[in-house]
Amino acid sequence: MIGASSIRKEGRAKVLGTAIYTDDKFMPGALHGLTVRSEVPRGILRAIHFGEGIPWEEFTCVTAEDIPGTNLVASVVDDQPFLIGIGEEITHSQQAVLLLAHPDKFLVEKARRAVRLEIEELPAVLDIQSSLDLQPLIYGTNNLLKEIRIAKGDPDPIWAQAAHVIEGEYRTGAQEQMYIEPNAMLSVVEPRDGLLQVTVWGSLQCPYYVHGALRQLFGLPEKQVRVVAMEMGGAFGGKEDYPSVNGGHAALLAWKSGKPVRLIYDREEDLACTTKRHPSRTRLRTAFDAEGNLLALEADFILDGGAYATLSPVVLSRGAVHAASVYRCPHVRIHARAVATNTPPPGAFRGFGAPQSLFAMERHMDVCARKLGLDAVELRRKNFLHMGDTMATGQVIREDLDLAGLMDQALAAIGYRDKRAAFALTNPGDGPIKRGVGFSVFMHGCGFTGNGESHVASVAGVEGLADGTVAVLAASTEMGQGKNTVFAQIVAEALQLPVELVDTAPVDTDHVPNSGPTVASRSTMMVGRILEDAAIGFKLALVQQGFLVEPYTPESFQAAVVKAVATLGTLRCYGQYHRPPNIQWDDVTYQGDAYPTYSWACYAAEVAVDLDTFEVKVADFVAVQEVGRVVNPTLAAGQIEGGVAQGIGWGLWEEVTMQRGRMINNQMTNYIIPTSVDLPRIQVVFLENAHAGGPGGAKGIGELPMDGPAPAVVNALENALGALRLDEVPMTPDRLLERCEEVSHG
Amino acid sequence: MLTKNAAGVKARKRLCMTVNGRAVEIEIDIRESLLDVLRDRLQFTGVKQGCSVGECGACTVLLDGTPVNSCIYLATWAHGKAVVTIEGLAQDGKLTPVQEAFVDEGAIQCGFCTPGVVLSTTAMVDSGKCFTHDEVRRELSGHLCRCTGYQKIVDAAERALREADIAADEHPV
Repeated sequence: MIGASSIRKEGRAKVLGTAIYTDDKFMPGALHGLTVRSEVPRGILRAIHFGEGIPWEEFTCVTAEDIPGTNLVASVVDDQPFLIGIGEEITHSQQAVLLLAHPDKFLVEKARRAVRLEIEELPAVLDIQSSLDLQPLIYGTNNLLKEIRIAKGDPDPIWAQAAHVIEGEYRTGAQEQMYIEPNAMLSVVEPRDGLLQVTVWGSLQCPYYVHGALRQLFGLPEKQVRVVAMEMGGAFGGKEDYPSVNGGHAALLAWKSGKPVRLIYDREEDLACTTKRHPSRTRLRTAFDAEGNLLALEADFILDGGAYATLSPVVLSRGAVHAASVYRCPHVRIHARAVATNTPPPGAFRGFGAPQSLFAMERHMDVCARKLGLDAVELRRKNFLHMGDTMATGQVIREDLDLAGLMDQALAAIGYRDKRAAFALTNPGDGPIKRGVGFSVFMHGCGFTGNGESHVASVAGVEGLADGTVAVLAASTEMGQGKNTVFAQIVAEALQLPVELVDTAPVDTDHVPNSGPTVASRSTMMVGRILEDAAIGFKLALVQQGFLVEPYTPESFQAAVVKAVATLGTLRCYGQYHRPPNIQWDDVTYQGDAYPTYSWACYAAEVAVDLDTFEVKVADFVAVQEVGRVVNPTLAAGQIEGGVAQGIGWGLWEEVTMQRGRMINNQMTNYIIPTSVDLPRIQVVFLENAHAGGPGGAKGIGELPMDGPAPAVVNALENALGALRLDEVPMTPDRLLERCEEVSHG
Repeated sequence: MLTKNAAGVKARKRLCMTVNGRAVEIEIDIRESLLDVLRDRLQFTGVKQGCSVGECGACTVLLDGTPVNSCIYLATWAHGKAVVTIEGLAQDGKLTPVQEAFVDEGAIQCGFCTPGVVLSTTAMVDSGKCFTHDEVRRELSGHLCRCTGYQKIVDAAERALREADIAADEHPV
């Protein structure tokens, strides 16, 4: 059970091709939906012209005027309309203006091209600096979607006293989640018992987000909206908030047409208009004493939040909390801002703001080591957090934490010292291949930031079925990460049953409670913990009502459930999140326990750079992490390997090229993700340190591996090539060539 | 439904092929890809659409034993050919050794690339050739996977190849 590599629950269906993803659902008579978008970054919509040669009378067309409820997508801030109406302001190039549906998918595409939008263009803000400069003002009173300040001590008097003050500026680019299944929605809206019933089946991470969005869009009570999560072909955050938008669009078309509607994005549309990782700019200022002890840290952390707030306030929050990283520092000031631009809103992507600020800090530590004349390993060792230390938010580390041990293990595994020594001898030679080895040390907060868990107050449960097996009731979705299997293992462990007797119920808001969104590395640790409680409650209820006698065998348990279901009918037991008394957080001052706990890691990378082509090959990679107790070693290793691949991609190749606020490399042919020949074998090591708050001692794991690869790889590039301005990812061949030329041209 | 394209040419055609061993005869629109026909008309939804430009490999099917991207293969070109989709591998619910290797090695996460990779691996196994580690990675590089980092996929493919090799040694043809 917990600790065993149980076989993936839905693996058989997936390998047989019988797993049903949204676009696979058989729905006779369904119309094909399409979205007509603005194509200019900012302007006023004056008119929609329906061109000639299209049998428009056969089409279902939905505009803003048709919307029955509120034309705002329910989110952190309700500022994003589903559709822009005539006379309203278009704020990014992919803004939806008109929805079309028709039975013929070729014709609906032809019709989309025949629509002409009359837009009075306005000057647009397309980058962070223009937004900060209010050139022009496009959002609120200051172009800020969110601003956060975190303070500990007072850095101001330190700068003058310190032996060394080192500053740096670091940038990270947008990144596409590139789940292999594009966004997909299917909707039916029909009267049932005289009431309108809105149903959406989709590829979505957070059924209750979509549920809330549909209720607001149609102005309907809870019971008249149903959201079903289908098998999902990857998400990585990309299907966290966007499904509220396209789910709404599909439902609007289904409502107006009275027919089922499929709204399946093709890859080009998906890449151009759905959310990405936020581009960032981080300015760091650090003070050290003569021995290299960190005395003060100031971070100015900025995210490009795009045209609407969407999830930017919470992405910013996580990024800000992680900005001081794993170092002990008495004086910290973090100023974090998410700025508005006229670009399609970025959103959640594995890591959620932390990869951006951690890239800056982990690059900066190597730069500082060089400038201080210290070894990057020893500089970190001197400054690591330990048990009893206080983080930037005032959070005290209460767990046994050995970052130096993690680091030493990763460095030993990659052969850091030997490789450094060898490359120092070989790199000065004439050959075009230069080698380097580098690393990063980092953490990832498990679960929501701050009071997030208290606000959501998740509920999850277990249900006894008529055949004596147990079903998990939770709205947490399976996107490939292994939720079905891990939840079954946690419940099986709590009930002392073989994992085969536990499975998850279909994720349908008519049937499962709101266990919160499937995000923030929270499902195993937070929802798993609730399930553990629910399972124990379920067993106690069976005992107390005389159906079950302890000790029991799996057979006698199954017989007890069969009898209880036959006697009582429905047999369910729920648990709910309760904030542990020792976790305190203040949303206003940003002080307290930002997370119930953290996962910790050191990643090390070896690179080979070809100075003829400036291609970078990652030759070796080691990922050592402490993630509490590992529930399923195979699935956990899969999470790390996949996250590392995405992190290397972000660090080296994955570039979103924007032109006039529009992604222009919006295909898999020119947005480059790693293939099987681009990656080395990744050595994954888990150090287990059971966390009291998680089920069976587990902590969060999903996002951690996204944080470390980019700084480790870029630090390795510095080792290979010497002191260059390696301050940005992705460090593409073009960018690397440019940086090398800066040095050779002085 | 359109019956003629812009040039006025008749846009429908009869297509005869076998899919997973069964003869299929169907009238198609000549603009339809093999992917469209397999998914939309014949309900072989195990064939996945990921990019529509032949880049991701999720739509891979075996055409006379060779893996092809069905999204950029016009259905009409499949006339007279034998198509195998992921639904055609297991017989009577029994997984093939390649499918078993993918399940056991943890090579499946979201599962959207899985049908294509399993079919390409099947073609490698069926070829009877030996592959080095690098060759396995190269053979599978036409399949984009965003979940696994490819490690467990490569492990599964190598396991399936190894087992087939042992099986071949035990039962020389």
